[in-house]
Amino acid sequence: MALQSLDIKQRSATTTPTPQARQTVEIAKLIDVSSCIGCKACTVACMEWNDIREEVGTCSGVYDNPVNLSENAWTTMRFSEVEQNGKLEWLIRKDGCMHCSDPGCLKSCPAPGAIVQYANGIVDFHQENCIGCGYCVTGCPFNVPRISKTDSKAYKCTFCSDRIAVNQAPACAKACPTGAIQFGSKADMKDYAAKRIADLNERGFDKAGLYDPEGVGGTHVMYVLHHADKPSLYAGLPENPGISPLVSLWKGAAKPLATAALGLVALGSLFHYVMKGPNEVSKETEKEVEEEDKA
Amino acid sequence: MIRDPKDLQRYNASERANHWVVGMSFILLALSGLAFFHPAFYPLTQLFGGGVWARILHPFIGVLMAVSFASLFLRFKALNAMTPTDWEWVKRVKEMVDGDDHNMPEQGKYNGGQKLLFWALAVCVLLLAVSGILMWRAYFDFGVGLVRFGTVVHAAVAAFMIALILVHTYAAIWTKGTIRAMWYGTVTRAWAKQHHRAWYRQMTGK
Amino acid sequence: MTNHWVDIKNADLVLVMGGNPAEAHPVGFKWVIEAKKNRKAKLVVVDPRFNRTASVADFYAPLRSGSDIAFLGGVINYLLSNDKIHHDYVKAYTNAGFLIDDGFKFEDGIFSGYNEEKRSYDRSTWKYQLDKDGFAKVDDTWQDPRCVYQLMKAHYARYTPDMVAKVCGTPKDAFLKVCEYIAETAAPNKTMTNLYALGWTEHSVGSQNIRCMAIIQLLLGNMGMAGGGINALRGHANVQGITDFCLYAQNLPGYLSAPTDADVNRQAYLDKRTPKPLRPGQMNFPQNFPKWHTSLMKAWYGDAANKDNDFAYEYLPKLGGASDVLATFEAMYHGKMNGFFCQGFNPLGSVANKRKVSDGLSRLKYLVVIDPLATDTSEFWKPHGEFNEVDPAKIQTEVFRLPSTLFAEQTGSFTNSGRVIQWHWKAADGPGEAKDDTEIMAALFLKLKEMYAKDGGAFPEPLQKLTWAYRQPAKPAPEELLMEINGKALADVTDPKDPTKVLAKAGDQLGTFAHLRDDGTTSCGNWIYCGSWSQAGNNTAKRDPADPSGLGQTPNWGYAWPVNRRILYNRASCDLSGKPWDPKRTVLKWTGEKWGGNDVPDMRPDAKPEENVMPFIMNPEGVGRLFSRELMADGPMPEHYEPFETPLDANPMHPKNPKATSNPAARVYKGDMEAFGKAKDFPYVATTYRLTEHFHYWTKHSKLNAIVQPEQFVEIGEELAKEKGIAAGDRVKVRSNRGFIKAVAVVTKRIKAFDVDGKKVHTVGIPIHYGFKGVTKPGFITNTLTPAVGDANTQTPEYKAFLVNIEKA
Repeated sequence: MALQSLDIKQRSATTTPTPQARQTVEIAKLIDVSSCIGCKACTVACMEWNDIREEVGTCSGVYDNPVNLSENAWTTMRFSEVEQNGKLEWLIRKDGCMHCSDPGCLKSCPAPGAIVQYANGIVDFHQENCIGCGYCVTGCPFNVPRISKTDSKAYKCTFCSDRIAVNQAPACAKACPTGAIQFGSKADMKDYAAKRIADLNERGFDKAGLYDPEGVGGTHVMYVLHHADKPSLYAGLPENPGISPLVSLWKGAAKPLATAALGLVALGSLFHYVMKGPNEVSKETEKEVEEEDKA
Repeated sequence: MIRDPKDLQRYNASERANHWVVGMSFILLALSGLAFFHPAFYPLTQLFGGGVWARILHPFIGVLMAVSFASLFLRFKALNAMTPTDWEWVKRVKEMVDGDDHNMPEQGKYNGGQKLLFWALAVCVLLLAVSGILMWRAYFDFGVGLVRFGTVVHAAVAAFMIALILVHTYAAIWTKGTIRAMWYGTVTRAWAKQHHRAWYRQMTGK
Repeated sequence: MTNHWVDIKNADLVLVMGGNPAEAHPVGFKWVIEAKKNRKAKLVVVDPRFNRTASVADFYAPLRSGSDIAFLGGVINYLLSNDKIHHDYVKAYTNAGFLIDDGFKFEDGIFSGYNEEKRSYDRSTWKYQLDKDGFAKVDDTWQDPRCVYQLMKAHYARYTPDMVAKVCGTPKDAFLKVCEYIAETAAPNKTMTNLYALGWTEHSVGSQNIRCMAIIQLLLGNMGMAGGGINALRGHANVQGITDFCLYAQNLPGYLSAPTDADVNRQAYLDKRTPKPLRPGQMNFPQNFPKWHTSLMKAWYGDAANKDNDFAYEYLPKLGGASDVLATFEAMYHGKMNGFFCQGFNPLGSVANKRKVSDGLSRLKYLVVIDPLATDTSEFWKPHGEFNEVDPAKIQTEVFRLPSTLFAEQTGSFTNSGRVIQWHWKAADGPGEAKDDTEIMAALFLKLKEMYAKDGGAFPEPLQKLTWAYRQPAKPAPEELLMEINGKALADVTDPKDPTKVLAKAGDQLGTFAHLRDDGTTSCGNWIYCGSWSQAGNNTAKRDPADPSGLGQTPNWGYAWPVNRRILYNRASCDLSGKPWDPKRTVLKWTGEKWGGNDVPDMRPDAKPEENVMPFIMNPEGVGRLFSRELMADGPMPEHYEPFETPLDANPMHPKNPKATSNPAARVYKGDMEAFGKAKDFPYVATTYRLTEHFHYWTKHSKLNAIVQPEQFVEIGEELAKEKGIAAGDRVKVRSNRGFIKAVAVVTKRIKAFDVDGKKVHTVGIPIHYGFKGVTKPGFITNTLTPAVGDANTQTPEYKAFLVNIEKA
């Protein structure tokens, strides 16, 4: 999204600090999987608000449509049939951008300002700055960003930053009929989650818990899970997500080190020249050749 | 410059052209690649018409470089086979760097350093080509684990190769009378005798 | 709903059976989640499929489609044999102690009075024993073997947990667990709400499924309570409204039973429908029938309905036979119908046995489709590949398509499942030539009237004399219509106790149906809507969310019929002395001089508790009926019968009596009986249903809905899939004796095979929604498969249980 009025905390491919003076409240969306009925109202609201339309696909033998995230589907429902403690459960998880505190996409992005993190925690793509390299896809621990086949720009959930900027709840939260998508300050959402977890504990879900993974510094989209000890039950939600060490290396230490190394090579050459002088053909050799000519 | 008819032909026109295709494409790749690597270099994308064009062009130029380098490789790989003399040269490279080449072993068309550079560049180009394809999202879709690995390889190898090319370029500048070999193909006999005596003998029969 | 949507949040237990509100009513389902979150309520789901409601349930029990009465009969037996009933409530507010006629019998699955040839009952023995004053005899000790309690106990003693497991395929422990949950709400301060929908109605025993729950809720003392009740979740946004206004030709607006050929004049008609009290001192509210009916005739015919002409009774059409949807298509199929108007109705998709429907439509002279969408019905004649194989050359029906506006393009009212009438304002104008339904109907009416005036014709008066006093006759305004429906005083209406006191001045809008008169001095288009547009204005447009009770009653949000009462039978939420059973959820209480509290009393406001006026004021006996007398076609107490297409050889309850295999009183037309499939050819039980992503046959025309559920599928369990070599995503062909469909297979753990009477029974789940028109992938009409047999009382077709076979396509 663009043309918003939210303060920017981090900006891709930018090495200097962004304005820090104004302090805003960190916000979050809490997806209470135990109250989600998989109605897809959020999916439809997302498409409606953002004016995106996925292709009418086909049934692939499960309820998951759209079958995957795409540039035109920024959220989708993942249905998993699992048997836990001898009891069948149908776990339904709304998939989409987690809005990490330490966003791998932003870290990877080479285009200044194509990815920003607002002071409130939203990670947003500014497509007008996007160069379509796909590094964000490489950087994301949750497999969320998608590069459009049409315009080669990266897309994902914006957290309805345009709505947030004018004090509106995200479209998905607004549309959710059961209150499974809650929206508010991150602190409030954690309090709410604690109540839900207590309720689930009472209903026999001993391992119920909050999914707010530390590996990415916490997220601004959190889940209440019945089985917080096994997030992978929920259509492969990562157990311990974090920015891949390879990505950290690439966009971390490698950046300054390699740049410095190249600088040193260049400077070394310069000083070598200055200190040792050019490697010219010696007078003797020139003479020898001249003499050979005469001979 | 008036050329001395006795100058020695070091490269023919086709070889020179090939070298410059590789060289030009390398420069473009380095400039655009660095732009994606570190924000400090991002303004270089303007040379290509902006970030999007840089992203679009980089892999195609990469293909061009890989293909033209392959041609260069085939032309010169036999000449770059390492010999014991070359290794001896490499062992004593410090003297050379210090500007004292009097006692360096007699060299053929290429010295040990040049040959090692040749092979190092060949490995770099191969790795860059393969890892570059892994990253080329416009046409390929590999698993994210593979792409991540490819990305790191691409960045590391590219940085290394840029350093090699800097050395390569500097060596050419440092060693006076060298660059003309790549401009119009000839070197002076004195140049050849000084730097590549064995080759000089081979060419002149002296 | 006897209660309303928001009231679900007051429940301690939500039992979902015969419905799937998380999918079919996701917005209203929020109140179930509220109950869970804020009251620690439990949610129990009983269904053939582990559906999206079950995904958030505390407990799920499977049952074979079509065996609900066996299950619920088992619950009744559990409650009675474990004495888990709310004794004071049952004693006071039900007919448990009423004595039944000695002639009433139940033998080998058949009630007394059965006529096999007519497939119907002579119900004359299904009645109370009356004393010399005409009042029912009651034994308050419940010891008399002819009292309802004893008869009921004996009747349901056969429904043991083992029998339930045998018939339903529900594991015995799962059944008993559900019973335990339910039994807890027999406590006076605990309530269970029951949410059901078409999963109960769309069976040949549909009405009796619901009767079972009525009995259970009475035994538990949950009727009239906040968080209790019997709650039918209606489908379309305004289907409650259309029902209130005579969706069924058997009714006039406000559920006034329509005259038949047998009702030779007004007096005979009224006499038959104006009951006498069956217990002393009861309100017997239907005694006001003449007031409601006379006011209706005044609304329709104005001055042309008067004392001298029997209030235009002659003008009313008299029913000569059945006119439900199955009867209509039966007549059409046999070429006995010339024209057919389809207004907001897609029968090719939604009526059972598509081939019969299609053949019927092909035999019409003309078909008029009034709809916002290009429905499948409007193109029944047009070939659409394998999805609609017809030969247009052989069809002579002339089809007229009149585009109408959609609900959001109309102003008017919706009545929701909770009987709350809510005014809505149009959001946009309709596209193109689309016109409001009222405008289309007005144009037709005015043209017909003109043609009668010009050309004459037989019996023109009913049409010519109809009141049509709208400012723009061609465009009756919704506001004018609701005012007319509400009714007004045509002369001053005075208090019968004090004739000097004027209750409503001549010309005023009426505030309550209590002011309706049978002498022609009031008009009212639908008595239950009286008060919706009173002299104070449009009460349905009220939008005050204030909820002083905290129970979600919101008395100033819209207008609930009747008289803005939010919970029906609310007098039963108090004990005999007028104290609430649960003071924390006070709906009503006796204040010492009148009934007050948090709702409009369902009781004469000044009826002192010691007067013993009972809460079920619409019943002449004043109490709730555990035994429904002669009011149901197929028995006064529900009995399990197999679906007409059953996977079993016999009814396990009555294995020796083939007459009692399926509902003996259900009407079956010749031809339809022959079209039933047998288990040897079609071994699997199919059940049809809706998906949350779609709404009937509308949303296949909407891209967003198509995106989230693009293509027709059928669901089968993993075991059946393995047997048949079907993998998820394969195309399969599903056949019944009436035709086939092809769809994608969804293979799931959520459908399991049932062990029924020692036999393994698989279920095939088939969503409706798809067809050959729309933006979803073209599909077959699911109702190609379904049988044209209906419930014995409502004739709602048996869409939920029939037989199919399945194979890889």
